[in-house]
Order: sequence, then C-alpha cells, then structure tokens
Amino acid sequence: MAEVVLDKVNKVYPNGFHAIHDLDLEVADKEFLVLVGPSGCGKSTALRMVAGLEEISGGDLSIGERVVNEVEPKDRDIAMVFQNYALYPHMTVYDNIGFALKLARIPKGEMDTRIREAARILELDEHLDSKPGQLSGGQRQRVAMGRAIVRQPAAVLMDEPLSNLDAKLRVQMRAEIARLQKELGVTTIYVTHDQVEAMTMGDRVAVLKDGYLQQVDSPQDLYDKPMNVFVAAFIGSPSMNLYEGTMAESADGTNLTLGSQTITLHPDLFTKRPGLREYIGKSVVVGIRPEDMEDPAHADHSGEGNHLTSTVTLVESLGAELMVHFQLDARAVDSGDPDAVDDSLSGHAVARFDPRSRIRIGEEIEIAVETEHVHFFDQETRLSIW
Amino acid sequence: MAAIATDGSGPTPGLGARIYAKLSSVPSWALWILVAIWTLPSFSLVVNSFRARSDQRNGGFWEVAGSPGELTFENYDTVLSRSGVDSLFDSLISSFAIAIPATIIPIAFATFAAYGFAWIDFKGREWLFIGTISLLAIPLQVALIPLLTTYVGGAHLSIPFTGRTLTLIPDLDLNTRGSIAVWLTHTGFAMPFSIFLLHNYITELPKEIFESARLDGANHFTIFWRIVLPLSVPALAAFAIFQFLWTWNDFLIAVTMLSGGNPIDLPTTVRIANLAGDFGRNEHLLPAGAFVQAFVPLVVFFSLQRYFVRGLLAGSVKG
Repeated sequence: MAEVVLDKVNKVYPNGFHAIHDLDLEVADKEFLVLVGPSGCGKSTALRMVAGLEEISGGDLSIGERVVNEVEPKDRDIAMVFQNYALYPHMTVYDNIGFALKLARIPKGEMDTRIREAARILELDEHLDSKPGQLSGGQRQRVAMGRAIVRQPAAVLMDEPLSNLDAKLRVQMRAEIARLQKELGVTTIYVTHDQVEAMTMGDRVAVLKDGYLQQVDSPQDLYDKPMNVFVAAFIGSPSMNLYEGTMAESADGTNLTLGSQTITLHPDLFTKRPGLREYIGKSVVVGIRPEDMEDPAHADHSGEGNHLTSTVTLVESLGAELMVHFQLDARAVDSGDPDAVDDSLSGHAVARFDPRSRIRIGEEIEIAVETEHVHFFDQETRLSIW
Repeated sequence: MAAIATDGSGPTPGLGARIYAKLSSVPSWALWILVAIWTLPSFSLVVNSFRARSDQRNGGFWEVAGSPGELTFENYDTVLSRSGVDSLFDSLISSFAIAIPATIIPIAFATFAAYGFAWIDFKGREWLFIGTISLLAIPLQVALIPLLTTYVGGAHLSIPFTGRTLTLIPDLDLNTRGSIAVWLTHTGFAMPFSIFLLHNYITELPKEIFESARLDGANHFTIFWRIVLPLSVPALAAFAIFQFLWTWNDFLIAVTMLSGGNPIDLPTTVRIANLAGDFGRNEHLLPAGAFVQAFVPLVVFFSLQRYFVRGLLAGSVKG
C-alpha cells in the first residue's frame, strides 16, 4: 500500500507526438482515483507509464516515496488489470492467480493460502481448476482481478477493465470492484472513457483531454463546479447543453438572452458566482444541464421569467424520466470532446423531464429553467466564471 | 482481376467471373475422374509391391484382377529383413537418426530466435530479421560444394604478402562424421523458414499477455519458457511435420555428405536409389522400398494433421 505521485510527467513518442503534458497527480494511499477522458486523451499512456510499460520522457514518478522512473515494471510492486484480461490461456485459474507468487518464490503453503483467499473474495472457488477458455466474461474479469490482488501490491492499475463486458454485467462489476477496493484498501488508479464509471467508482476523478489534465476533484464537485467547458460537457449524461448568450440588466434583475429568447436569472447566482457581474453586457458560454430543465407543470420553482419556448423534436421515455429533445435558435458551443456526437452545433438541446409530463413530439412547449444552477464560462478562455 | 471478379452482375462479365462460372459448372464426376487418374500411379505402386519379380516383368499391375492369388509379401520380406544385401532395415534406422535430430535442432534454435525477433527490442532487429529471411532465396544446390569443403577442410583466408593464413573455421573433419554434417546442413537451411514461420505465429500472441507477465515479475526467459512455448505448440508441431518430411525425404544432402562414409549410415532414399543394382537385378524391389519409405511420413502426417492445418492458419486469423 502506498501513494503514487506524478510530478510534471511528460510523454513524447519517438515520432514527436507529445501525448502527456506536465501531468501532476497525487494519488493518496488507499485512494481510488479514476482517470477519465475521451479516446486519445492520453489516459492509458499515463497508466502505462505508472506501470513501467511506457518510458517516461520527463518528470518524476514515485510510488511510496521512491522515484521509479528507471525501475523495471516487475520491481515497481504494482499489479495491472488489462482491458482484454490478458490471462494465460494455457494455465488453470489457480495457476493464473498464482503465477506472480510462483515467480516471487513464495513458499508453497503461503501461496496456496493466498490464492484460495483471493479466489474466495472473488467467488472463484469452484473454478480454480478451469482454464480461462471455459469461463464467462465476468469470471475472466474476476480472475484478472484475482491475479492483481493476490500479490498485495503497492498499487493496482486498471485499464478499462469493464469495457469488454455486456451492459448488465458491467454495472454489477462496477459495484463489485468499488466494494472490493474499499475492503482491501489498496491504492487504485482506474482508467476509463465512461464518465458513469468515473463518477460512481472514484474517490476522486481526474479528467484528461489531449494530454492535459483538466481537473481533479471528487465526482460531486466535478459535476457541480466544472472548471471549464470541456469538463462541464464531459461529466453528466446526457451532456450539458452549451450556447452562446448575453446578460443584461433590466428592471426585474439580470436577464440572459439565448438567441431570440430571454430569461431572468436567479439573484443567488451572483452571490454564488461573484465574478459573473463583470460579464454583464458581454457574450458568454451558457451551460444548462438537462436535469435543470423541467416541464413547468412539474417544476419545483417555476417562475414567470425562467421559461423557454420550443417545439419538441423527440421524446425518449426511460420510465423514470423523459428525455425531451428540442431546438434553440441560440448559437451552440462545441465542448471539444472528440467522442461527442457532433449535432450540438445545430442548436439541438436535451431536457430531462418528469415522467408524468404528457408532452408529445411536435408540440410547442414551455421549458422551466432552474436558473440558479446555470453554468457560465468565458468565451475566450472557456474557463468557468466564479 | 479481383475487382472484375466481384462485378459479376454487369452486362459483360469479366475474365475472373467467366473462369469462375466455367469452373463451378464442371460436374463433380469429372473431378472424380481427375482424382482417379491422379491416384493411379500410387495405386499401381502399392499393387506392384505385392507382386513377385516375374509377375512384375510379365504384365501390368491390372493383371492382378485376373489372378489375385499371385499377391505375395516376398518383396516386403526382402526389404524389411534384419540383414541381407537387399535389406532396407539399416537405412530406415539411419533415416530416423538423420530426420529426428534434424527436426529437433532447428526447432530449438528457431523458437528462441523467433521470440527474440518478435518481442525483444534490440538495435538492428529489423535488418537482422530481413537478412535472415532473405536467406530463403539461397538455393541449397549452390551451397553444397562450399559447405562440403568447409566441413572437410575448414575455411582459411590467405593474407596477401605476408604468406600467412588465417583460419576462419577449423577443419571439422566431418567426412568421418557424416551424420553431423547432414544435421548441420539441414539445420542451416531450415533456419530462415522456421524463424519466419514461428516469428509470424509468436508476434500474433496478444501483447497484453507479455505485459502482464512482465508486471507479474517474469523475465524474458520465463516468458519464453512458461508462456510462449506452451502457446506455440500448434506452430511448433506444424513446423516439425514440415521439417520431418523434408529431412526424411532428402536425397541430395545425404548423397553428398555421406557417400564417402560407411554405407550403413546411408538413409533409405539413397539406399533405394542404389537398390535396383546393376542391370536392374533388383528392380522388382523398388515398389516395396518406395512404399516403405513413404509410409513413415504418412504416419507422421496423419497423426499430427490436426496441428498441421491449425499451424498453417496460425497468424492469419486472430484467435
């Protein structure tokens, strides 16, 4: 058990591609840190550098207060769980889990105890004599986990370990891994592109984009106080609706104009975001989460001034909620997420309505916006305005 | 051609499509006739091997149909007898003594080399690999005489003006140890292809298995011994079959390297060639001898056939 510290770590590939820029991360002992970002953001590269499978081009990596830049992977005392499990197909589950112990020349008796203990924790007892080929996807995943935990390493690294599982199993394993991590209290770095995994599993989440660290925070803070447009759009599903808007003072308070429509902003907003005053009269990026828009008939605080009007283009019923799609004529803003569906620029918006709402496709509706929770970003820097 | 062939629906079908249409309309009985014609020589060989010398000389193998009683094991008794001038028994043992080491030695070397080329990062790896593979282009016949001189005299370089000679390879005196010369030659000429085949297979093993093993504390030798070798069994078996067939059926190397030595060391191929004797005295033994010679590779092939096919596909399709 140990902490893992990345100090201005850089990765430059021989072909000149700069994959990681000055990455600073401190993973505390026993912490579960999730590295999340769109494809190609460098999150796997960062993990592989911690593992020792990629060379570090600059900066220092320390595990348990020891700088390990030049230390061989096998001497770093870390275990890794791979996306495709990477089990040894010709060995039984028992031998797969025990491989590292065998190489470390752990005495037979202790080895057996530890393998069986790991198998018990992961409910693999009955499968110890099977080969990986005879196991289901979830069981293989657990063998890969067993191989990691049996060594009692300083840290466990996981590279998208759930992405090869089907949706139902993924949800189940997600909870299982999180529980196991707490139970064993092992420092864990977990890489994923799935923001739901990031939010549900991590003690803290680090968001990466194009090799730059965007923000490290607890899942809730990441959601409530995203540092910039990218993090705001990346965290949350469906993602935040982003538009260009202008604020102006009026008799009722401060108004926000989105395209041809105007709503009145909640006065508390300015105590929460004092910096916002300076932007009155200027164009800003406005972010509204789908869950902050509601059918006025079911909204908690539906005032007069906070309604948008639009025509419903699509309704998706998920049982517990309705996803209502509509168009706004305000100019949409691109979040910079390469994986995002690129229809955001057309002014398409999504709201999450109460399932009791009876709206239909093609209907003209009013949308109540919880203006207190609207996000604002600088047009130039794309940083959050506080 | 490929583009034309896929475009069979057009008004004028391309050459490929027309050939395909013609071939697919050939009735299957026509193919059976081809099979029969193709099999006829082997079939006559088998039948003749069971006929006495006088019968073989007086009529074709089909005459057996009229008098099946004339079939005899006499020829096999002669070639398989423990002793006797016309026995192949000793030569069969020599053939095994050549083919088995000449199969195992190259596999042992080539597997290490293939792993190195595939998974050990070292300077000049690519060029060395290309160099090794391009040795495939060197024909055996060209190298035979230089090899033979090296084996029996060594390789020496006279340095101009000094009157001195630099010995590159000492005289190994292999004319008295012919089987070593044969093994060496088979090994050398098997190396490029075996490295190529095994390398193709070993590079296709998933990268994560190697990384996982490295994190588990394995060094290159452990990875090779505990992971690569067990996982490469299909490819190793496939290559073993190939190499066994080649060395078992080899005539040229054996006749070159072994002719000067003890006749008891000669493999079956060379013995059969000498069997007919002067004036075709023993011509009638050739069918039986040929069938004995062919029988061993058939056994090897059919018993390992399942690996053979898998090994060939290995590397082309993942998993």
